[in-house]
This record gives sequence, structure tokens and C-alpha cells, in this order.
Amino acid sequence: MATLALDFTLPLRSFELTLALEVERTVALVGPSGAGKSSVLRVAAGLAPGRVTYDGEDWTLLPPERRSIGFVFQDYALFPHLDVRANVAYAGEPDAWLERLGIAHLARARPAELSGGERQRVALARALARDPKVLLLDEPLSALDAHTKSEVRHELSELLRELRLPTLLVTHDYEDAAALADEVGVLVDGTLRQLARPAELVASPRDAFVASFTGANLLRGDARATGGLTEVRLPDGVCVYSTDEARGPVGAVVYPWDVSLAREHADDSALNVLHGDVSSLAEVGNRVRVRVGPITAEVTAASAERLGLAVGSPVYATFKATGTRLVPL
Amino acid sequence: MIRRVVVFGAAFVGLAFLVLPVVAIFARVAPSKLIAQLGNGAVTDALRVSVETSAAAQALVLLVGTPTAVVLARRFRFRELLVSLVELPLVLPPAVAGLGLFAAFGRFGLLHTTIPFTKLAVVFAVAFVSGPLYVRAAIAAFENVDANIVAASRTLGAGPTRTFFRVTMPLARAGLAAGAALALARGLGEFGATIMFAGSLRGVTETLPLAVYSEFNVDFDTALAVSALLVALSAALLIALKWRPSLSTSRFRFAASS
Repeated sequence: MATLALDFTLPLRSFELTLALEVERTVALVGPSGAGKSSVLRVAAGLAPGRVTYDGEDWTLLPPERRSIGFVFQDYALFPHLDVRANVAYAGEPDAWLERLGIAHLARARPAELSGGERQRVALARALARDPKVLLLDEPLSALDAHTKSEVRHELSELLRELRLPTLLVTHDYEDAAALADEVGVLVDGTLRQLARPAELVASPRDAFVASFTGANLLRGDARATGGLTEVRLPDGVCVYSTDEARGPVGAVVYPWDVSLAREHADDSALNVLHGDVSSLAEVGNRVRVRVGPITAEVTAASAERLGLAVGSPVYATFKATGTRLVPL
Repeated sequence: MIRRVVVFGAAFVGLAFLVLPVVAIFARVAPSKLIAQLGNGAVTDALRVSVETSAAAQALVLLVGTPTAVVLARRFRFRELLVSLVELPLVLPPAVAGLGLFAAFGRFGLLHTTIPFTKLAVVFAVAFVSGPLYVRAAIAAFENVDANIVAASRTLGAGPTRTFFRVTMPLARAGLAAGAALALARGLGEFGATIMFAGSLRGVTETLPLAVYSEFNVDFDTALAVSALLVALSAALLIALKWRPSLSTSRFRFAASS
């Protein structure tokens, strides 16, 4: 499979965006808004300057219309004065794509008459009708409501697998990135902090930003070595332990699904224990996210019920020292 | 209570003040006589000159003004200064505009031409005062076109020219049409710059507004008839401007109500 390669520095309003990246399958860039994610796509598309090569061909000086790209804009940028079929026909033969994306029945509708999910399909069909060699997706799921989103995410992931095109997508949502991409890069203030498979990012985040973007708890503290384990003293004096080696100011990274809750204090030196009152409970599917002091735990609905959890009830949150990653701050 | 009387009273006086002169044009002479006066040779000559010069000026304004607006809708240094220069004729006294045209294109002017007192001089005078109205509206219309939609067209394989005619122009269309109608209405009524730069030669440079002025001294009823014609033309343009059906929204409304 061919590779799209980016290597550029682009001055933005408050920082420089610097990136060297090779896209062979699907790469997702995640990061907070204003991190320069969309600018990366604009460079790849030729809407902003920067060195781009595709399969050894130098695209750097080619205008957008002479690069073989399919670009799906965040707001879809459909042509409001054309109907769905004419929007797709603008780029190429429309009917096969309308059929494949299940929007053939909307051919005569105007973009203003469509729902968010339908517009997204039209934008995809239009981008693909050009028969592009590279696909660029800007926040492909962010304009959708929660219900539509999970459905479209599944379809999009299937479609990307079938298309087998080098695909670069940007999103502020780590879960979307992990669901759609083979590799996820975390972009903060114009710099790529870490690029790895989603599982690797979760297992060994390089820094606090990466950890917080992958949905982890981050406990700030001061690390020192104590016979075998590293002790991290939190601001309130409580200590947690990790098998990672570190010294000085660190963030202890713990994933919510690695935290268990109990009514009693478990006596096990390999376990970190934080005691506190439940400050919030939120159901996510058949699981419950429970906030205890500085940490969020994710437990099954059944165990939340067994523990009789309610806001204000005292509880012990425990997590293993082996599951606690330390990142420099 | 008193406050309401004062407010409504003022509104009534204001409306009456604006409407009365227009009504008076039609009230003084019977409509049949007004129509009969339109057959008068001076009136038909002036109508012909007005239609010819307005059409030529409008074509000039659209052909030169549209590319001008495209350039001025971009962001660059000194853009504000250039836009202000384009807008200057709007606030110039018409007599000053006429004198300026004379100083530029007169036989002893900067460019030494023989344009003054010809039909082309009328076209220049009309274009000079009406053009800025169109260019201003067109700049706003092009600025309102979503930059992402234009970028999308480029990423879909359309070069700058195809993008302009297939995307930018259709999306700016309503704003361009409004600007064109406004410019046409202003051009039809042009008086000051025309009389200074083109004079008032019957059948050559005497437009409808100039005919109103010259007939005013000779035959008041003919002046009224020409005025009535101008009121009707202006009103028609105003109506076209306000009740212009909007393509994109009308279909949406239809769909939403069904």
C-alpha cells in the first residue's frame, strides 16, 4: 500500500505546527481544539503550504485540485445550491457511491433538508466519488448526536477497512480515534507528543497530556524510590505506589477500569488505596463511572448496586501498583 | 396616552411628508392625460436615451465591477484604503463628480478625449455614480461565501475558474442581483454629474431626469408625465429588490411544511 508522508513547519497564530508523519493505513490525530489538527489536513490537501509526498511523488507544489485527495470537512461544506446527486456528481460518477452509502433515496434533496448523519454520508460519497488515493477526515463524528454517532462510527470503521486507502483523520475524541484508526497521534500546541497503536498509548503514555487524552486519571505528586516500588506523595499527604521508576514531580496514571471499589479496607501491600466519599455517579451503558476524591472508577452496574453506592457514601478505591503508570510533569 | 399620541402623530407627519410629493405627481393631472403626454417627442427621445445609456452603463458596471469586487473581497494590505476609494463617488456631490469627469476626460483634461457631451459621456457619468453601489454590494456578497465550501470545490478537483463559476458565483448571486438593482435604480435617476459632463442635448444626452428639468420650464404637465414614468420605474425596481424569491430558502420552506 502507498504512503502519504508529511514533513513541514507551519507558523500558526500562537505557535508553530511541526510535523513529520507517514500515513500508510489509518492514522488519527487527537488533541485539544486549537492544537493545529485541522491545519495538518489543510497542508495535506494543499490548502496550506508544507512538504507532502505520496508514494514518492512530490505533491508539495501541486494545487488541491491536482492532488488525489478526498477531504471531508468538519461542517461537511456541502454545496447548498446543488441537490445531493449534483453534490456528488461534482467530483465524479455519483450513483454507485449514493447506493453504497445508502443515500440513493436522497438524490434530489438539498443539503438543508438533511439530518447530520445524512449530510455526513453525502460528504463522504462526494469525497470518494473522485476516486482519491488519500482520504482526509476532519472531525468526522463531532457534528453528530450521541445516538447517530455510535452507528456512524461503526459504519465508517467498516468503510475505511474496505477502502484500504491511506487515511488521516483528526478528532478531539480519543475514543473515536481508537475506534477508527490503526495508529493514534496526540498533538498538543503544534507538536506530536506520541504516535502509537491505541493499546500502546493506554499502556504506556509518554506524558500527562497523552494520559489525560486516553481517558486516564492523573494524580499529581512527588516521586521517590522506596525499596522496589516508587512512592508518589499526593498533595494531601496520601501515598500511592507504582512499579515504574521515577523521581521528582510526576503524574500517576490510572485507568478508570483498573480501579475497584470496596466498602472495607483491603489489606494488601500491592494495592493502592484511596478513601473518600462518592461525589458523583454516572451510568455509561451497563457500567457506572464513580467519582471518589481525586479519582474516577468505572465499575459494572451490578457491583455498583451490590455496594449500594450513592452520592455521599464512603468507599475505598483500590488499584494495583503494577497498573499505575508514572509520567513526568 | 399623551406619549402615544405624540409618537403616532410624528409617524403620521413623517409618512405624509414622504408620500405627499409622490402622490401629488399623479394627483394633479388625470392618468389618461399623463399617458397621452408620454407620446410627446421630447419624452420618447429622453426615454430612448435613458434606456440606451442605462443599459450600457449597467453592462460596464457588471463587467468591470464584478472582477473588481472579487479582488477587493480578498484580504491584503491597503485593502481598506482601496475600498474607501471605490466608495468615494458615493459621497461626492454629483456636481463635483461631473467636474471631476470633465477634468479627467475633457478635451483639455488629463486624458484629452472628445467624450464630453456625447452619449458615452452619459454612460461614464452614470457608471461613475452607480458603479460603487454595485461593487460595495458585490464585495459583501463574495465575502459572505463560506471559504470552506470554496476550498471543498478545489479538493474535489475543480480549478479556480470552475470553482468561481460553479460555486462562488451561484452562492453570491442574490447579493450580486441586489447590488445590480440598486445600481440600476441610482443610475436611472442620475442628474448632476450627467448635466455637467454630458450636457442636456435632446435625443443625444437628455435622459429622463434631465427631461423633467427642461420640461419643468416649458410644459409642467409633460414634466409631470416624465416624473410619473420615473416613479413607476423606480417603484418596479424597488419591488423587484424586496420580493426577490430566494432559491435556496424557498425549497427548504416547501420541504419543511410538507
